[in-house]
Amino acid sequence: METAMSAREAAQAPPVPRIMMENLHFFYGETEALKNITLALPQCQATGMIGPSGCGKSTLLRVLNRMYDLYPGQRATGRVMMDGENIISPETDVNRLRSRIGMVFQKPTPFPMSVYENIAFGVRLHERLGRAAMDERVEWSLVRAALWDEVKDRLRGPATSLSGGQQQRLCIARSIAVRPEVILLDEPTSALDPISTLKIEELIDELKTDFTIAIVTHNMQQAARCTDQVAFFYLGELIEVGPTAQVFTTPRQRRTQEYITGRFG
Amino acid sequence: MSGVEAKAGAAWPGETARRRSGALGDRIFRALVALAAGLVLLALGGAAAAILWGGLPAFLHFGLYFLTSTAWDPVRRDFGAMVPIYGTLVTSLIAMLSAVPISFGIAVFLTEVAPGWLRGPVGAAIELLAGIPSIIYGMWGLFVFAPFMADHVEPWLTTLLGPLPLLGALFDGPPLGIGMLTGGLILGIMVVPFISSVMRDVFLLVPLPLREAAFGLGATRWELVWRVMVPYARTALMGGVFLGLGRALGETMAVTFVLGNAHDFNLSLLMPSTSIAAAIANEFTEADSEIYRSSLIALGFLLFLITFVVLAVAKLLMARLARAEGRI
Amino acid sequence: MRRRPAPLVLRRQMINGLALGLAGFATLLGLVALIWILATIIVNGAAALGPQLFTRDTPPPGSMGGLRNALVGSAIMTGLGVLLGAPIGILAGTHLAEFGRASRFAETIRFINDILLSAPSIVTGLFVYQIVVQPSGHFSGFAGVLALALVLLPVVVRSTDETLRLVPISLREAALALGAPHWRMVLRVLYPAARTGMLTGVLLGIARISGETAPLLFTALNNQYFTFDPAQPMANMPVVIFQFALSPYEAWHALAWAGALLMTLFVLLLSVAARRLLRTGSA
Repeated sequence: METAMSAREAAQAPPVPRIMMENLHFFYGETEALKNITLALPQCQATGMIGPSGCGKSTLLRVLNRMYDLYPGQRATGRVMMDGENIISPETDVNRLRSRIGMVFQKPTPFPMSVYENIAFGVRLHERLGRAAMDERVEWSLVRAALWDEVKDRLRGPATSLSGGQQQRLCIARSIAVRPEVILLDEPTSALDPISTLKIEELIDELKTDFTIAIVTHNMQQAARCTDQVAFFYLGELIEVGPTAQVFTTPRQRRTQEYITGRFG
Repeated sequence: MSGVEAKAGAAWPGETARRRSGALGDRIFRALVALAAGLVLLALGGAAAAILWGGLPAFLHFGLYFLTSTAWDPVRRDFGAMVPIYGTLVTSLIAMLSAVPISFGIAVFLTEVAPGWLRGPVGAAIELLAGIPSIIYGMWGLFVFAPFMADHVEPWLTTLLGPLPLLGALFDGPPLGIGMLTGGLILGIMVVPFISSVMRDVFLLVPLPLREAAFGLGATRWELVWRVMVPYARTALMGGVFLGLGRALGETMAVTFVLGNAHDFNLSLLMPSTSIAAAIANEFTEADSEIYRSSLIALGFLLFLITFVVLAVAKLLMARLARAEGRI
Repeated sequence: MRRRPAPLVLRRQMINGLALGLAGFATLLGLVALIWILATIIVNGAAALGPQLFTRDTPPPGSMGGLRNALVGSAIMTGLGVLLGAPIGILAGTHLAEFGRASRFAETIRFINDILLSAPSIVTGLFVYQIVVQPSGHFSGFAGVLALALVLLPVVVRSTDETLRLVPISLREAALALGAPHWRMVLRVLYPAARTGMLTGVLLGIARISGETAPLLFTALNNQYFTFDPAQPMANMPVVIFQFALSPYEAWHALAWAGALLMTLFVLLLSVAARRLLRTGSA
């Protein structure tokens, strides 16, 4: 494991940042939930966000695709740069932004429609495709999400009748069908059984070839298995960030060490 | 499979610029739903304004006399609202006196007494009462319940209560079957499902620990209801009562059939009378002068005011429990 | 039985038994009323049932006839009332559920809507008389349609508001995270997710307006003749039942009972179906 990782690091260094956060602050009303975060998400790598509950890691994901816009009283300051554009600026077109930055949630969220329509829904929002092209896109995304073989005979069946693990992979397929550049995963396996979890972890590894990935997880093994760099958050602050192997073996900060060895959190 | 090959690095270059945004659609959608919501406001505000406007000639012409006079003479064009108002209040009071205890009993039965398998069907049957159109109550009242009252209840009431001082005046007169007592009882049956369903929901909201604590102290089931649940949910229960009252005050068809539409002031509950809604329903299309029609609309405005206040109180009382429960 | 002071526990047990027994008695009274009313309608209505109800129009006094014009008039006015009231109600309910979680405006609307829900329907009739019948100079089916739509509106607003709020936040966020504009999320994800509850609301609303008499008395009025034209006064079941029941003619009474049976069956079946739909849909 470790050797594989260092090999990859060597091959890809220095990483190109896809998203660059600079002096990012986030507020729920008066409460400051993220304090002065500066962090890069390298292109086509998986970044793991770890830390105890309430440390701000999920909040960070919700900043990146402006999910917080839904809720009055939540606001972000600072800069989150992507292609020379500040994501959190009011001028940013949120819907277009979200088509470039997909998100998968903690619990599977299949829409009340067929498997096929679940995927076509997102695609139709942004592109006009003919029937054949749409069929092709649906198949492509289901194959990428390692779900095609299981659902190819029930594309017209309701998505809600799939198993939990299948539903979550459907949600991943739905996200990548829009062909985003970045995928945010908010504890994507916390509601799943071990076998489904394993499948999704393999999938994440596979998706890295095309997508920049940010994943929030409570599971240290998961972070170690499928990320290239990890960022440790504590009470809204970014305590430490570095290559996964280094953070897990020789953390620079005492609190990081305490957390990953299970002494708190 | 091809055609959507992903390129590492510059993922699908140039494409994002073409992607559609829904900002305009969202603005239109927001405006549309807000407009629809505004229509709800307009429905109530418009109704109040239009009815006030229609009743204005009568209010201006008669002034305060309109509220205090018992006259109702289309020939001499002399109108007062006292009798219909009195009839509305008395029938609603009778309805409440009969419906509240029965509704309370039903709510207690459905939450505390009935075995589990019985609760669903009995609850559904009581709710069916709310589904029966009010005109059906009226027909049943006129053809079945009024004769029943005349033959089996009213003679007995007159004999038993008639000789009493004060109270006797309420039960004086021939047993016609038609009148405020019959109307009020039918109204009572009509509002039972509304009150009992609120009360049942309220009882179901009483926190489990509170129930368990009461039983833990050795309380009987009735003591749990009367000493714990009722005090806990007092305001919401009152809300249910006011909701039923609001319904009773404004109900038209059920009472129109059995009140007798008489504009004579009578203390006796057994004599024909009228109510605001019944007077409007009976006379509106026959009103042959402007002031007659305006007087009826003015009656409608008074009814609107009374029910608005009662229903608003009901809503506020029920909202307090909902807020305490944190489920607004 | 020997006379001695009953222990306190025994007394409490007796009060308990008595009170709970009375509660059962109250329930029995409610059920008796239900059965009595339904039995009356069924017995009298069934005696007057026959194919002529659907083939002949309401007769002049003293002759025989049916309810064809009233049935058609009610169907047309109820249908148009739903077409007018339900979409507005759904949109208004959407506003409350989607944009009105914390706004003063939405709280006011919700409050007003709850009052409209129980407001006297005869007042609605007066309102429509004032704004439609009087300016236009005559009674019409359209005035009746507007009155029925106003009665339906608050029912649909409330059920839409309540069912949309039951849809999990996560489903909304998932749709928006794909870059969906708010309106598409509502139309394509929320409405399908909440369709059972919303449909139930509309069905209950239809049941409600199918039996409403008071708002039609001085809007649609009545019409002795058959018409498809809502610009004319229009016959309808509730007003025909009202007028015939209060008449002195036996033949009219029979028609009123038959109409009452048809109407009650329709309304009750509709509300039972709606509730069953809700139960199976949410399970």
